[in-house]
Amino acid sequence: MNQPLVHAVNVHKDFHGNEVLKGIDLDVESGEVVCLLGPSGSGKTTFLRCINQLETIQGGRIWVDGELAGYVEKKGKLYRLNDKQIAHQRREIGMVFQRFNLFPHMTAKENVMEGPVKVKGLSKGDAAKRADELLARVGLEDRAGHYPAQLSGGQQQRVAIARALAMQPKLMLFDEPTSALDPELVGEVLTVMKELAEQGMTMIVVTHEMGFAREVADRVVFMDGGVVVEQGPPAQVIDNPQHERTQSFLSRIRTENEEYAEALAIRTAAEAL
Amino acid sequence: MSSTSTPAPGFPGAGAHGEERPGKIDAVPVRHPWRVVAVVVIAIFVAQLVRLLLTNEAWNWKLVFAIMFQAPVLEGLLLGTIVGTIFAMILGVGLGVLFAVMRLSDNPVLSRVAWFFTWFFRAIPRYVLLFIMGTLGILFPLSSGGLTVGVPFGDLIAKLFGLHGDLSFFNLDANQLFSSLLGGIIGLGISEAAYMAEIARAGILSVDPGQREAASALGMSNAMAMRRVVLPQAMRVIVPPTGNETIAMVKDTSLLLAVPVNSELFFQVRAIGARLFQVFPAAVAASLWYLIICSLLMIVQVQLEKKFGKGFGQKAPSPNAYKAAMLRLRGGGGGMGGV
Repeated sequence: MNQPLVHAVNVHKDFHGNEVLKGIDLDVESGEVVCLLGPSGSGKTTFLRCINQLETIQGGRIWVDGELAGYVEKKGKLYRLNDKQIAHQRREIGMVFQRFNLFPHMTAKENVMEGPVKVKGLSKGDAAKRADELLARVGLEDRAGHYPAQLSGGQQQRVAIARALAMQPKLMLFDEPTSALDPELVGEVLTVMKELAEQGMTMIVVTHEMGFAREVADRVVFMDGGVVVEQGPPAQVIDNPQHERTQSFLSRIRTENEEYAEALAIRTAAEAL
Repeated sequence: MSSTSTPAPGFPGAGAHGEERPGKIDAVPVRHPWRVVAVVVIAIFVAQLVRLLLTNEAWNWKLVFAIMFQAPVLEGLLLGTIVGTIFAMILGVGLGVLFAVMRLSDNPVLSRVAWFFTWFFRAIPRYVLLFIMGTLGILFPLSSGGLTVGVPFGDLIAKLFGLHGDLSFFNLDANQLFSSLLGGIIGLGISEAAYMAEIARAGILSVDPGQREAASALGMSNAMAMRRVVLPQAMRVIVPPTGNETIAMVKDTSLLLAVPVNSELFFQVRAIGARLFQVFPAAVAASLWYLIICSLLMIVQVQLEKKFGKGFGQKAPSPNAYKAAMLRLRGGGGGMGGV
């Protein structure tokens, strides 16, 4: 009975003949925080999107909470689920996007209420109460009536996290949640994610934030060229990578980070002058 | 603050103690002599126009206003022009959105049917289409039962099973149906739908695909994502050109004459003008009504744009600020087109 929350076996995905995932195996236990690392084009975002079926896979199987994603198997034959059944499966999975994707015609609170009211049929009063709690949890109780365009990127991303949490998902997927943010806004989003991890949420995070991965992840998975190259505890993969591809990626990231830190230091010094 | 004590070298007045630093700019503005010329020329034209309006007998303003409020004119205004516009636009927008959604569907049959519809009805002039509507009754002559509503191919099925009758529920007089205001409204409505389909399609495509993904990730079905997330945002792009289409439709109701429907503003006004041998005042009377209706519609359009612009008009300190500003510009541009 002790099955993993996410059980992916031999996942294949191609876009018009261009093979992006070449047989991914990955299990994520309930309560685990897994960070997916890898160069761009390695397939990590695509794999994340396959888990909640924003992409359809051409081979392999993904089970989420024991349920086969996208199909039902009867007498050894797979039957494709319809649009509504797939939508139903997605309720269990929260997703946070790189570009936030808040609904711009709704206020922060309406964004958070939309899923519970329209999808789960919760009453507006209950949904409003839950939205207030969630906005407080991400530190935005005073921004409930603001439209997304009136919020900073970091605030928008925190509303997006609250919106996903409002569906009370078993699993949260984060697709480079801080990549579109100004550097000074990254911290506030990572803080919220860290709290979420501490509260025991199962999370799969595609990120380039090595500090976050080292500190928060239970396991780090390094992907390259559509396959899992190496995985293990962050201390092992990040600080003592075994595989040559992991080593070169991490050293490149480090150089970039150092260059960036240097540029930031110069800018700060210039501003202080 | 430290920068004030280290002025750039070579800057006039820099470094010298006690010397005044450059202050408020009080410059002579650029002169625009041609603007004055333009205003004078325009003023002359306006003065002439005012003189023409006030002193020329041919306007016959009394008759103009008298014609405007004749019973048949008011009836034509209400029925053909206003009711015609409202129902043709309801039909046009409804069918248009439906065809836009079909056109963007994954189903190749739906998509191609929608394309064919747009192609067909955009190619046929509205006047010709209305003329055809009026004569469409010839396809369903009364001698063979008129227009039949019933089981599809009912007559053939009945024959196959040796039954009497043709499995029809009721028969309509097609001649009467198609050559009435209803026929005219159907003609205007389907012609409008072809244009509205393109406008709605552009609106739907203008919505960031990430919006639909976010809706899906919340567990919405495709239909609900379309209704709750995509269409409300598409409306912002759809409303301004739809306002233009509505104003154009008010004017196109004068084509109802082709059906022929004669309870329509321009026909009635012209009839009175012809009877009185006062064609010009009659034309002025019609123009005034069209001006009044279109002005009212513009007010409605501004209100609609406000409603669907919610969340987009605000100052945006975010990466979306530029995009939102561009969309606002585009929306505003469409609105101006209606002026």
